Amino acid sequence: MITETHHTRPTAAAPFAPPDEGAIAVQGLNAHYGQTQVLFDIDLSIRAGEIMVIMGGSGSGKSTFLRHLIGLERPSGGTIKLLGQDLAQLGPVEMLDQCRRIGVAFQGGALFSSMSVAENIKLPLREHTRLDEKTMDIMARMKLEIVNLSGFGDLMPAELSGGMLKRAAVARAIATDPKLLFFDEPSAGLDPVVSAALDDLILRLRDAMDMTIVVVTHEIHSAFKIADRITILDSGRILEVGTPDEVRSSSNPRVQGLLNRQPDDTPLDPDQYLRRLAGEA
Amino acid sequence: MLNFMEQTGRRSARALDETGYAASLLAESLFWTLFGRRWRQPVRLASVVKQMMQVGIEALPIATLLAAAIGFMLAVQSLYSLGLFGAESFAHVGIALALTREFSPLIIGILMAGRSGSALAARLSSMTISQEVDALRTIGINPVRFLVAPATLAMLIMLPALAMWSNLVGLGAAGLFVSASMETSFASFVVGTIEVLTPGDLLHGLGKSALFAVLIAIIASVNGSLVTGGSEGVGRVTTRAVVHAISAIIVTDMIFGYLATR
Repeated sequence: MITETHHTRPTAAAPFAPPDEGAIAVQGLNAHYGQTQVLFDIDLSIRAGEIMVIMGGSGSGKSTFLRHLIGLERPSGGTIKLLGQDLAQLGPVEMLDQCRRIGVAFQGGALFSSMSVAENIKLPLREHTRLDEKTMDIMARMKLEIVNLSGFGDLMPAELSGGMLKRAAVARAIATDPKLLFFDEPSAGLDPVVSAALDDLILRLRDAMDMTIVVVTHEIHSAFKIADRITILDSGRILEVGTPDEVRSSSNPRVQGLLNRQPDDTPLDPDQYLRRLAGEA
Repeated sequence: MLNFMEQTGRRSARALDETGYAASLLAESLFWTLFGRRWRQPVRLASVVKQMMQVGIEALPIATLLAAAIGFMLAVQSLYSLGLFGAESFAHVGIALALTREFSPLIIGILMAGRSGSALAARLSSMTISQEVDALRTIGINPVRFLVAPATLAMLIMLPALAMWSNLVGLGAAGLFVSASMETSFASFVVGTIEVLTPGDLLHGLGKSALFAVLIAIIASVNGSLVTGGSEGVGRVTTRAVVHAISAIIVTDMIFGYLATR
């Protein structure tokens, strides 16, 4: 559905977070698809300026967790605070201001196919600022330069390769110089060289633009390369949170199973899976 | 039997659900159009104009062809049927009323359902599948304001405009055939038509067109945004949107015609 179903409670804007609260604070987050619970009492704090990688196998709930963090889903319980503001308490106008402070690079890019790459980057600027067309053109060129796509602004998304598409999506995500940047499976579908280049870009963005970055991925090599801390999700619960070294030396067998790519032999109930997909269960 | 009952129940519940969703889409489109600026979500004129070009101006050639064909066909049938009892000289009465009150809005409505309704459903569904709608939300753009409201407004303006154009072209084509067949002047057909038609007849047709425009836009939006199942789903909802829109147009036409002539 494309109608808005959340963040419509008009309230005064929440104050900014105290510095020790973290850029993202999740407390007791529960989520359901239909009647099936998919996230269980998630507590997580992400510090300002760090790169947090969220890992987990298929069906672990990492994509659902991300959708809640970026405000696309409403939690059935618990709170999510981004930059000190509780998403559930934001009115529509405050939510707009919040959107300006976050950027999202989706798995497939999600660039608007009817617009050129430059127009895609200018769209958030057009919506959130009163900049004139010339300034927006300059800003779009600057963002494309950051992601090494100078001169590609006039192309349509369909004319870009997979790696270029992801970098263009990053350029759009950073158009408004957000404080929080979210990546959904940045390495998915890319060859190792392009994937490594994207990892370097993520590290460069954190250092150059002082962003807090959350990356959802199942690419272990990429995760250990870029992460300051890693969160491992399994069946909707947090298994482990720690630095790459702490996670690597975890005594939890399921964490080790994920890191060592051991197949999970737990049988999957097809009926329950289909009901979950249909949002019925 | 139990399976049939369950299927019927599920389909009825789904139909009710979709009707409610359609009403909320329409209300939300209206809200953003009227109050969007106050909530920093304006429906941009440029988007509406772009949609008007696609919905209206680009459809002019095919709309003109269809209108001329309908006018010509009405003239042929009127002369034949009225000729059975020697009343060919009254052909302009039936042609003018049938075209302005019924055929122009109906044919243009069906054309728009097939052309613009399908395009809107396909666009919305592919955007939903490729996460472009999610991207809009994370940017802070309400998808109804950005995608549905401009399309609805554009159709609301262009469908009556095309119906009016269809009236002119259809009557022109009919006039040419009637005057040539009866060896009378084209001007006498025009004068006769102007004498017969009242503003109420034109408004009847234009009112229907406006109603059809809203139906096409909302039905396409509902189907497009409820897509599931990848690229196959896009084809399915596009077909469904066209079938639903044409069915809704014809049923609404019947109800509108009945109520407006009571």
